[in-house]
Amino acid sequence: MSNENTVPSHSAGSPKPGRPILRLVMAAVIAAVAVVAALAMLVNILERKQEAKQPFFRVVELTDETEDPLVWQKNFPVQYDSYKRTVDQVRTKYGGSEALPRPASTNADARGSVTHSKIDEDTRLKRMWAGYAFAIDFREERGHAYMLDDQTYTGRQQKPQPGACLNCHASTFVAFKKAGDGDPVKGFEKINALPYAEARKLVNHPVACIDCHDPKTMQLRITRPAFMEGYQVFKASQGIKDYDVNRDATRQEMRSLVCAQCHVEYYFKGTEKRLTYPWHNGLKVENIMAYYDETKGADGKPFKDWAHADTGAPALKAQHPEFELWSQGIHARSGVSCADCHMPYERVGAHKVSNHHVRSPMLNINKACQTCHKWPEQELKSRVEQIQDRTTQLRNLAMDALMDLIDDLKAAKASGRSEAELAKGQDCQRRAQFYLDFVEAENSTGFHAPQESARILGESINFSRQGQNALRGTKSAEAPKTGEKPVNVSSR
Amino acid sequence: MKCRAPSLRQVKHWIYSTTFWGTLVGVLLGVAAGVGGYTFIYARGASYLTNDPRACANCHIMQEQYDGWLNSSHRSVATCNDCHTPPGFVPKYWTKAQNGFWHSFAFTTGRHPDPIRINERNRAVTESACRKCHGEIVSAIEGPHRPGFETSCIRCHRSVGHLH
Repeated sequence: MSNENTVPSHSAGSPKPGRPILRLVMAAVIAAVAVVAALAMLVNILERKQEAKQPFFRVVELTDETEDPLVWQKNFPVQYDSYKRTVDQVRTKYGGSEALPRPASTNADARGSVTHSKIDEDTRLKRMWAGYAFAIDFREERGHAYMLDDQTYTGRQQKPQPGACLNCHASTFVAFKKAGDGDPVKGFEKINALPYAEARKLVNHPVACIDCHDPKTMQLRITRPAFMEGYQVFKASQGIKDYDVNRDATRQEMRSLVCAQCHVEYYFKGTEKRLTYPWHNGLKVENIMAYYDETKGADGKPFKDWAHADTGAPALKAQHPEFELWSQGIHARSGVSCADCHMPYERVGAHKVSNHHVRSPMLNINKACQTCHKWPEQELKSRVEQIQDRTTQLRNLAMDALMDLIDDLKAAKASGRSEAELAKGQDCQRRAQFYLDFVEAENSTGFHAPQESARILGESINFSRQGQNALRGTKSAEAPKTGEKPVNVSSR
Repeated sequence: MKCRAPSLRQVKHWIYSTTFWGTLVGVLLGVAAGVGGYTFIYARGASYLTNDPRACANCHIMQEQYDGWLNSSHRSVATCNDCHTPPGFVPKYWTKAQNGFWHSFAFTTGRHPDPIRINERNRAVTESACRKCHGEIVSAIEGPHRPGFETSCIRCHRSVGHLH
């Protein structure tokens, strides 16, 4: 009897017992799920709103004397985290880097690992740089984190190097100011002229936050006196007078120019070893070549980095002209900056943050390329590698042509030809190898400006050809047979 | 009047009654409606019913697209809705409802590609939106193409609305 009374709905209300309750339970479950979903969204929105309110927390006061990135890290942990990842060593097809055991040659080398030797991989490089420090040791470049160590312990130190090298291998902003008693330009001049080992004691870190950022506003800022001067001179060549890069450059321009403080062609001017960018006539390879021809060295002749050991040619070494080559390419023309591809934006919560893990865009195609180019990753990768494959082929041809010229010059020299007879060939070698090196030393294997790279390599091959012709055209014991006319060597 | 605690039998009786379950579900539905309503207001839900492009960057994810649109050739002639919703009241709000649901879902769970990508349905909406204004001019080049190979405006003119 009691059972019947406790479940009245079963017996009295419903012909199908249990159904209303089941329906109600289901409704409750759906309502609960809806609440959970709404709450999840609410909390998510709350988090994003909170993040958007406060872009960063000022934990420490940063000043123009704060050199140590560890201090900056307290205010900017996300950026610092990616900055630290420049220690990563990952290969791409033509670049990137890898950690190999250090050769046990010297105990002075404190590095844990090194990258592969480029001059052992392609011994033609040794011949191109014969008599110059690069023929002693030249390895694959690696991340920013290694810049200071890799310079401190390179085999090139066997030849005395000046403090000027440190401009781009260390965080120098604070060191310049200290050395110049508050005036960075004075400090710059002072450190340039010091022997490397002495100057090395004045710096502590690889490139750091303060080298690109104003500690008060975090805006990008040029800190290298050599770049300020070089870029002003370049702008003057374009008819723009009194250009102050920190005053006149736009934010988007600065996202390339801070990189261009170092990723450029340069030389050390005079006995004071002043770091100078050869942009007086413009940024293209022929503009730079013309500048070196106009500039007189210590001997009163056109400037040279060294006299080639095999041929005596007044040779020049091109160094990583990434900024110059990029300037000639379609990405520069479209307003795409270095940072857009090498430090692409990424989403961290509600924030858009530049990834400070500066690296090959080929290791981050999604963020680096696909923001603009909506094609599959593999397609984009193969487009880039196709450009690089072709550039490499052409570079190898230019290298072979240069070797032939060096062989001919060496033989001509050995056969006792006069300096005057060799001069034209030597001049052609100077040009052929500077043009070749301009693409070889540039770190994109042609990608930054594919057609310009091909043109430069084509010109290099032509200089080698002209050099060989010039040797054939000269009168000597090995002169061409009678009747054979010297080939026309008129320049372009 | 006696004040006496209900007997166990009475409690059991009540628990098995629909009144109890009805009340419970009523409370739960009320909580759901309350939380949902509060979330709607907190998330500025009403702004999504308008034509204001700023609403589309509410949740930060489309900030780049919004910034791009501000600098684009179309900023003074077309808003987000002009290109990303079909014409007509019902199709427009049906599209908004669909996207609203899936965007909320994707952003809450964090399961979405980054950089974000348009899906097929929305691409078709945008593709046909070009013809709202430019239909007369492009009708001559539309031509009888094979299915699947129709002329696409945004394949080449992808950046007119916003670059990324």
